Amino acid sequence: MSDLTQLSLADARQALRDKEFTAVELTQAHIAHMEASRELNAVVLETPERALEMAKASDKRLQSGSAGALEGLPIGVKDLFCTRGFRTTACSNILGDFTPPYESTVTQQLWDAGAVMLGKLNNDEFAMGSSNETSRFGATLNPWRAKGSDENLVPGGSSGGSSSAVAANIGVAATATDTGGSIRQPAAFTGTVGVKPTYGRCSRWGIVAFASSLDQAGPITRTVRDAAIMTGAMAGHDAKDTTSVNQPVPDYEAALTGDIRGLRIGIPKEYRVEGMPSEIETLWQQGMDWLRQAGAEIVDVSLPHTKYALPAYYIIAPAEASSNLARYDGVRYGARVATDGDITSMYEATRAAGFGDEVKRRVMIGTYVLSAGYYDAYYMKALKVRRLIANDFASAFEKCDVLLTPTTPSAAFPIGSNQDDPLTMYLNDVFTVTANLAGLPAMSLPAGLDAKGLPLSLQLIGPAFGEKTLLKTAHVVETAAQFTAQPNNWWK
Amino acid sequence: MSVDEATVRRIASLARIGVEEDQIPGFARELSQILAFVEQLDGVDTSDVTPLTSAVESQIKRREDVVSDGQKSADVLANAPARDDDYFAVPKVVE
Repeated sequence: MSDLTQLSLADARQALRDKEFTAVELTQAHIAHMEASRELNAVVLETPERALEMAKASDKRLQSGSAGALEGLPIGVKDLFCTRGFRTTACSNILGDFTPPYESTVTQQLWDAGAVMLGKLNNDEFAMGSSNETSRFGATLNPWRAKGSDENLVPGGSSGGSSSAVAANIGVAATATDTGGSIRQPAAFTGTVGVKPTYGRCSRWGIVAFASSLDQAGPITRTVRDAAIMTGAMAGHDAKDTTSVNQPVPDYEAALTGDIRGLRIGIPKEYRVEGMPSEIETLWQQGMDWLRQAGAEIVDVSLPHTKYALPAYYIIAPAEASSNLARYDGVRYGARVATDGDITSMYEATRAAGFGDEVKRRVMIGTYVLSAGYYDAYYMKALKVRRLIANDFASAFEKCDVLLTPTTPSAAFPIGSNQDDPLTMYLNDVFTVTANLAGLPAMSLPAGLDAKGLPLSLQLIGPAFGEKTLLKTAHVVETAAQFTAQPNNWWK
Repeated sequence: MSVDEATVRRIASLARIGVEEDQIPGFARELSQILAFVEQLDGVDTSDVTPLTSAVESQIKRREDVVSDGQKSADVLANAPARDDDYFAVPKVVE
């Protein structure tokens, strides 16, 4: 039998239905590959016994003809999703060995559809980062390396464990979350496909909160079809999340018709930034050509407030984080540092030891911008700019159906290279934060390699609940790009 | 706006994060850099703009005021770092 871990989600699904192999065999192949790939540090908790138990149950359902949409498919779960009975830490020391007595809605939906849990995946602490270097479990490595180089690169972040695992064929897909680009940027750095659905499309219940008005769950996969299948399985209304939207989930896979004739593709001129490599500019142009050749119309649009998106984000996200992270006080769950002093000294010692530096910086920035005397100047100002950014998109979508941009201003960078200055790291999200601020669906897909042999990606942004158009367009780009490159398995 | 060391101490105290004296200059520098970056927003005219607090327009959902869940004290306490019977235990709060 050929290497089962090479199969896409859709191909593995078909082969299981055709009984070419069993869910247990597929799961065993993925477990063996996961164990052989520990050098990547993509998985922070392996759950092989649970996986085999679930795979056995899947085989019974496959036999009896009652298989779900994801029956028997091994999937990795970002450590931000609460998993009943399995340690969930958001990769922060402050959560200690927290073991949730409940399951997040999104992962419950995956298990209800028959998916198999392979393990919990690494991420930046509390999803705050763009390189997966702030995790309590240490950095995750990108399976990709530059041609002829043995230098380790970051897999992007915060969903770096998800992107690394999927790029390395550990699991057929992974769950991820995106607050400012944390699905799309790691997907771009690893040659994988990442979807951030519309705000409210997937339930946030049971996902460790970072910035609640921006957070959204979505998948990382190896193909656009797999992304469509996973998005459909993760989406849906949930009464337990008041911001979850009660709209039927369309059949996203059915949207992949290949027919985009007459579709208007907007090109926002503000997404050309200084210092962006010419290869990314060329790839963007190539993307326009592919879509034009498929019958779409290319339209120039303007999103004039784009340059204010990152500064607005770095007020709003820390403000919400400082509020959300107030719950980690060493009282109800997680780690506690006991002191000889009063309860305040226990809080301060617990949070000093439990949070890493980037989390502390963001909680302090958030505390500052929400504090008396600064609230209007910073926080309210940012919310007003957020309105202008959303208005820009609304105007653009009067002229076009979907936007095409680069996902990131660079390819993956070396571990440790962007750590001196928090602001340099923040610039990674320059093209992705806008969609979070406006609540819009967006996705990244690989479209080519740079001169060093590293993946470069394009981003599509759609109007609210425009996931079908996004996926349909992405499918056309994927078909034209013929991106078949894979990392060379140096870690095995 | 530049953040001085006294401000770092005040913010850290509001955020209940203990900071060592030798960490304060570093935080002051980094927080100042971040604030200088976000102050670009001062260049945007927002005089007639309503703040956007929710990305997707939606009505706040209502639900019946009935008990739908509960009686899970064992689950609630299962991860407590310190407990006393069915209570979370904390250092003395009231003298």
